[in-house]
Amino acid sequence: MNEIKTFDELLKYTQKEKIEIYEVCQIFESQELNISIKEIRKKVKATLEVMEESINNGIHSTKLSSSKMTGNDCKKLENYFSQKKSCLNISQQKALLYALATAEENARMGKIAACPTAGACGIVPAIIFAYSQDTETQINALITAGQIGKIISNKVALAGAIMGCQGECGSAAAMASGALVFIQKGTNEEIITAATLTLKNILGLVCDPVAGLVEVPCVKRNAFMANIAITGAELSLSGIKSVIPPDEVIDAMYQIGTFISPQLKESSEAGLAATKTGLKITQKLHK
Amino acid sequence: MEKTKTLFEVIGPIIIGPSSSHTAGATKIGLLAGKIYAQKPQKITFKLYNSFAKTGKGHGTDKGLLSGVLGLNVDNPQIRNIFEIVQKSEIEYNFEYLENFSRHPNSVDIIFEKPEKMKLSGISLGGGEILIDSINGYKFNITGNYPTLLLIYKDKPGMIYKVTVLIQKQNINIASMNCERKARGKEASMAIYLDSPLKKEVTKELSAIDEIYFIRSLEALK
Ligand code: SF4
Repeated sequence: MNEIKTFDELLKYTQKEKIEIYEVCQIFESQELNISIKEIRKKVKATLEVMEESINNGIHSTKLSSSKMTGNDCKKLENYFSQKKSCLNISQQKALLYALATAEENARMGKIAACPTAGACGIVPAIIFAYSQDTETQINALITAGQIGKIISNKVALAGAIMGCQGECGSAAAMASGALVFIQKGTNEEIITAATLTLKNILGLVCDPVAGLVEVPCVKRNAFMANIAITGAELSLSGIKSVIPPDEVIDAMYQIGTFISPQLKESSEAGLAATKTGLKITQKLHK
Repeated sequence: MEKTKTLFEVIGPIIIGPSSSHTAGATKIGLLAGKIYAQKPQKITFKLYNSFAKTGKGHGTDKGLLSGVLGLNVDNPQIRNIFEIVQKSEIEYNFEYLENFSRHPNSVDIIFEKPEKMKLSGISLGGGEILIDSINGYKFNITGNYPTLLLIYKDKPGMIYKVTVLIQKQNINIASMNCERKARGKEASMAIYLDSPLKKEVTKELSAIDEIYFIRSLEALK
């Protein structure tokens, strides 16, 4: 089997072979890594276990990060959900909570699975654990997310320093969106459409972290992105299509990434990092 | 076009946060440096440059480097408390934070001072990929992705042949290699990147060659 590099190739291949996206991915990985599909799934399961552990650790901790900028917001959200009437349903509440919990855990030097990066590590697990309790489904959903990330990574570096945050949290949201459609038993085409719709709505997202740390805006952004992923999945499951085809959206993402000024690609020389407050925090920390 | 990532580069790796370049990358540089030093360090100085120096504390770059040198992997939760752990031992360490724009934004010099002297430089390339690019002034290109054989030896005709023949005899494939020398007939360095790890006997036979003063056979980092 030849390597699949585009969404178009992926969809055609699934149609020809009458298989699911996760199946394509595990067949290819098993060839590439020279291990059995069973082994691949075992490794994915181990990754899921780390993800679940980071969610649990994150929810139960209020320890601040070493910069003290983040670490105790997840608790606030949990209290609010349990004490007040939220406008979200339980799964949506979980998604926000889990995303924030994982991202806070990362900022306080917890153990996490990068997905696709450490800064974006909360988004995919949040969606998978909020919407599925079945291990096999979770494994398939995570592989589906991985396949979407792999295709994006063919053209776009999954790194804030090269493509801006669209490459990190943006890619993660697209991955999560596709995973959610899979969990909701959507078709392969709907999975790809959800990822596409989501990507179109994170284009141009810059990377301007305060004091160069993976905290502000990164931690809260994980919760926002979980919600964008849900929106993408819902629109797609309703039958809405993307006017711009998936691979062209990735081309646009790449072009935009190259146009984003280097000052807004992780160098912390502009944007939020260069606000009055951002600079004040930076000075204090670098003293 | 980017190099296609494998599934486990997209959903993973598993690391101690918060940053794959500044925490996990730093830990990997330390780990590889420690393996090259290959003895228990008693005194170490870390010189962090540029972004490593500026944002290193908030990212735990210092903790990662020290943990790595002491043999901890990128997913070891002890990285968080490494300063307390080391306090109980005899190891002396210190960090310097420097600016030098001729250096890569995420670079570090690791200087082992005791029991023996050795100076290495490392770079964190992003996404957890790293490079050790110099050992005691010799240029190298060690990523930790392949089993690697490192040699420093007296430059003499036929040395490369002697070494590669021994490797071929084990039927081990050479993925790539690079050699460098300071001047003809002086010291030279050789790094050979392999598809599978060298057997112990080969390393032994190599160490027996008079002209070779420094030899390390490194496994790939996981
Ligand atoms: S803002 Fe930058 S550092 Fe933060 S998550 Fe996005 S890409 Fe990563």
